Amino acid sequence: MSPPTLVSGPHAHSMSTVSRAMLLVSLALTPATALGCYLFGWPAIFLFAITIGTAVGAEALCLRLARRPPARFLLDGSAVLSGWLVALSLPPWAPWWIGVLGGAIAMVVGKHVFGGLGQNLFNPAMVARIMLLISFPVQMTAYVAPAPLGAPGAPGFLDGLAITFGLGGGATGGFDAVSSASVLGHLSTELGRGASLEAIRASGAGLVELSLGTVAGSLGETSAALLLLGGLLLLVFGVINWRIPVSVLGTTAALATLFHAIDPSRYPDAAFHLVSGALMLCAFFIATDYVTSPVAPLGELIYGAGIGALVYIIRTWGAFPEGVGFAVLLMNACTPLIDHLIRPRIFGRSRRGKPLTLPAAGDSP
Amino acid sequence: MKRLSLGALRGRARVHAVRGGVHPKDNKALSAECPIEPIPLSGLLRVPLQQHIGAEAEPVVAKGDRVAKGQVLAIGRRAVSAAVHAPTSGRVIAIGRFVAPHPSGLPVATITLRPDGEDRWADLPSPLDPNTATPDALAERVAASGIVGMGGATFPSAVKLDLRNRFPLDTLVINAAECEPYLTCDDRLLRERAAAVADGILCMARALTVDKVIVAIESNKPQAAAAMRKAVANLPLDARVIVVPTRYPMGSEKHLVQALTGRETPARALTAEIGLVVHNPATAYAVHRAVRHGEPLISRILTVSGRAVARPANIEVPIGTPIADILAHCGGTLGEPARLLLGGPMMGLPVPSTRAPVVKGTNGILALSAAECRRDEAMPCIRCGTCVTVCPSGLTPLELNARIRNEELDGAVRIGLLDCISCGSCSYVCPSNIPLIQSFNYAKGKLAAQQRVKHQQEETKRLAQQREVRLERIAAAKMEALKRRKAEMAAKKAKAKAQEGAKAAAPLETAS
Ligand code: SF4
Ligand code: SF4
Repeated sequence: MSPPTLVSGPHAHSMSTVSRAMLLVSLALTPATALGCYLFGWPAIFLFAITIGTAVGAEALCLRLARRPPARFLLDGSAVLSGWLVALSLPPWAPWWIGVLGGAIAMVVGKHVFGGLGQNLFNPAMVARIMLLISFPVQMTAYVAPAPLGAPGAPGFLDGLAITFGLGGGATGGFDAVSSASVLGHLSTELGRGASLEAIRASGAGLVELSLGTVAGSLGETSAALLLLGGLLLLVFGVINWRIPVSVLGTTAALATLFHAIDPSRYPDAAFHLVSGALMLCAFFIATDYVTSPVAPLGELIYGAGIGALVYIIRTWGAFPEGVGFAVLLMNACTPLIDHLIRPRIFGRSRRGKPLTLPAAGDSP
Repeated sequence: MKRLSLGALRGRARVHAVRGGVHPKDNKALSAECPIEPIPLSGLLRVPLQQHIGAEAEPVVAKGDRVAKGQVLAIGRRAVSAAVHAPTSGRVIAIGRFVAPHPSGLPVATITLRPDGEDRWADLPSPLDPNTATPDALAERVAASGIVGMGGATFPSAVKLDLRNRFPLDTLVINAAECEPYLTCDDRLLRERAAAVADGILCMARALTVDKVIVAIESNKPQAAAAMRKAVANLPLDARVIVVPTRYPMGSEKHLVQALTGRETPARALTAEIGLVVHNPATAYAVHRAVRHGEPLISRILTVSGRAVARPANIEVPIGTPIADILAHCGGTLGEPARLLLGGPMMGLPVPSTRAPVVKGTNGILALSAAECRRDEAMPCIRCGTCVTVCPSGLTPLELNARIRNEELDGAVRIGLLDCISCGSCSYVCPSNIPLIQSFNYAKGKLAAQQRVKHQQEETKRLAQQREVRLERIAAAKMEALKRRKAEMAAKKAKAKAQEGAKAAAPLETAS
C-alpha cells in the first residue's frame, strides 16, 4: 500500500525539475558537440540526428507498452540526453544503422527492461556503446581524420548522405576518407609493436591538438577543453557536484603520474591521459549520471575513484585502447553495494549508528 | 537544485559547520517593514485548553462566569502542561470541543469568551526582580503565566527552565534564526522591543542559573541583530549576538547549537544534556511581561503574509482571536488562496477552518497563491542524491521512502527514520516532486500506532498475568486455609478421641 497523500509541508518547492537538469546538461554538451559536427561534417550531423531520433522513438514506444503517459516522461529530456551521449561515443562517419542500433539499445536494453526512468542499473549510453563495440568492432573503430565543414576535400551534404546511408557502396559511401586511428588506438598498437613512447608521441597528435579536439576519434571525445568547459558549467549551475569528476580525473592522473615516474618510456604522463579519449566526457557527463551513481558523498568519491582506476588499468594493460565504457559499467554494477554500505553519518550518531556519547560533565568550554 | 558546501559557512567568524539545508526564497520583504500593530478585539474569543505539548489544562471557571483580563481559566495538570488565561475581560459563554489548530486536526476542549469591551485587568501577581528572586520563584512565575515555547514547538517553558535541576547547564541560546520563509514576527519583535526581550533573557538566564547567553540571528535580519547587540550589551551577563548564515533549517534546535558551539547533541538526547537550553525570543518577551509586570501569556505577535493576502502585516493578537477576523483585518484574501497555513511554508500546517482561533504557538498565518506553492506531479526517483545532500540529519531520504513504500517500516527505522526532524528540506529540493515527507510522517504515525497497540497488548498481558498470579495466590491461600482447618479438625478429633478414651478408661478404672 502506498502512503496516502496528505496536505503537508513543505508548501514551497525549489522548482528544480528533472527537465531543467537535462536541459542544462544538453546545453553543456553543445559546444563540444558543435565542434565535433563541424570537424567531421555532414555525416556526423546525420548520425547525431539519427541516434537521438531513434532513442526518442524507442522511448516513446516503451512508454506506450508500459502504459505510462508518454508526453510527461518524454518531456523530461532524458531520452534525448541518452541518445546524445550514444551519438557522442560513435565514430562520426559510422553508418546509419549503427546510430539506430545505438539509440534503440540504449533505451530498450539500457533503460526500459529495468523498468524505465530511475530504475536502470547501467548507464544506457554505455550499454549501447559496449554492445556495439563488441558486436561491430570494425565499424566502431573506423575513425577518420577531421574534415571540417566547407574545407576542401570535406564531404558536402550529398556526400554526407552517401557516407551515412552507404549509398555509394563501401564503408564510406565511395567517398575518400582519410582513415586514421584514434590517439589511444595508435598508442596501443604502436606500444604493442615495441615502439618507444617518445617516438609514438612525436608522430601523433600533441597535447594542444588533443585539448582542442582536432584529432581523430569519436564524435564527442575529441575536444577535452570544450568538454571541461561544459563540465564546469554543470558545476556552476549545481547540476552535478565536484566529487565524481574530481575523483575520476584525480585517480587516473595519479596512477598515470605514478607509472610515468616508474618508466617514462612506456607510460604516458597524466596530461596525456586527461586530454585523450573519452575521459573528460566520462568524468563530467557519463559517470555523473544520477541514476547509476551512488547517492552518498563518500560513495560518490569511491565510485569515481573506481572508474578512474579502471580506465587507467584498461587503457594501459587491457585489450581495448579505451576503457571508459567498461569502467563505467563495472562501477555501475557496484553502485547498489556502495549505496548499501556507505550512508552518510546520521546527526548525533556515530558512523555505526550508535548515539554519540555525552561529553563528560565539566569539559564543556 | 542548489547544493551547499561547508566552506561557505566556515568563512564566517565563530560559526561552526552544519550539514545540509536549503535556501528557499525567504519572501520576508512582504512584511519585514510592517511595524507590529494591534488588532481590534473580536466579538468572541475561543481559548483552547491545549495550546501546548503535554496534558490538557483543566478549567477552573464555569459557563456563565464573569472573568477579568489575565484571570486563570484553566490550570495545568500533571508535570508537563500549561495554564490558560483570559485574554480580556468578559463572560464565559461555553466550554466544549471546538476546532483548533492542533496537529491532530481534532477538535480541542475550548473555553469561549464573550468580551465585555472593558478590557478590565484581574489582580496580577506582583512584579519580581530577576536579580533578587530565586530561580525557583522565577520558574514558578513562568509556569503560572502559562508560557510555552512560542516558536511553534509550544513546549511548556517552565519545564525547560527546570532542566537546571537535571543537567549541568552553561548557556542559554535565544533562537532568533527565524529560518522559515515569510515569517517576520521575531524580526519585528527584536527590532521594536529589544530592551524588553533582553530583560526577558536576563530573567531566563537567572532562572536557569547560567551566565552565558547567545542570541542567534540569521544574516538576513541585520537590523534585528544590531538592535539586540545594543540591548544585550547592558545586561549583567556574558551575552552576545551571533549572526548565523541564512539557511533552512538553521532554527532547528540541535543544528543551531551545533552551528553556535560546534557541539553535536547525541541522538535521542536533549540539548540540555550538553549544557545548552534553547528558547525563542517571543518566549523571552513573554517571560519579561510575566516577571516584570505579572502579566500572563494572553497575546502574541504573528505575521500575516503571502501573496494571496491583501495587506501583509505583523500583528499583536489576543490568544483566541479567530483566524477569519485576522485575515479580515488584513484586508482579506485576494481570491481563494491556494493554501492557507498556520506557521511557515516549510513546516506549517493547513488551517483547519478560518473559525479556528490563534493559539500561543501560532507564529504566522500565510495565504499562499497558486504560484507560491506550485508543485508538479510526482515522477519516479532519478536517484539524483540531492535529498541526501540537503538532509540536515544525514539521512538517505530516497531509500527511506523506498522502504516505507515497501512497508518495511523496521528497515526504515534501521536507516534512521526516527532521526528525521521532518524539516521537509528533502521534499523541497526533490526534482521529481516526490512527497518524501508525507511518506515519513505516515510511517512515523504508523509506528506510533503500532507502539500503542503493542503497549496495550503488553498491558493486557501484564494484567492477565497479574490476575493469574492473584488467582493462584487466592487458590493457594484457600488450600492453606483448608489444610489448616483439616489439621484443626484432626487435632480436635484427636483431642475428642483422647477425651473419649479417657472417659472410656475412667469407668474402667473406676470399675477396677
Ligand atoms: S527522492 Fe528526489 S531528491 Fe532524492 S534522489 Fe530521488 S529524485 Fe533525487
Ligand atoms: S525531512 Fe527528514 S529526511 Fe527530509 S531532509 Fe528533513 S530530516 Fe532529512
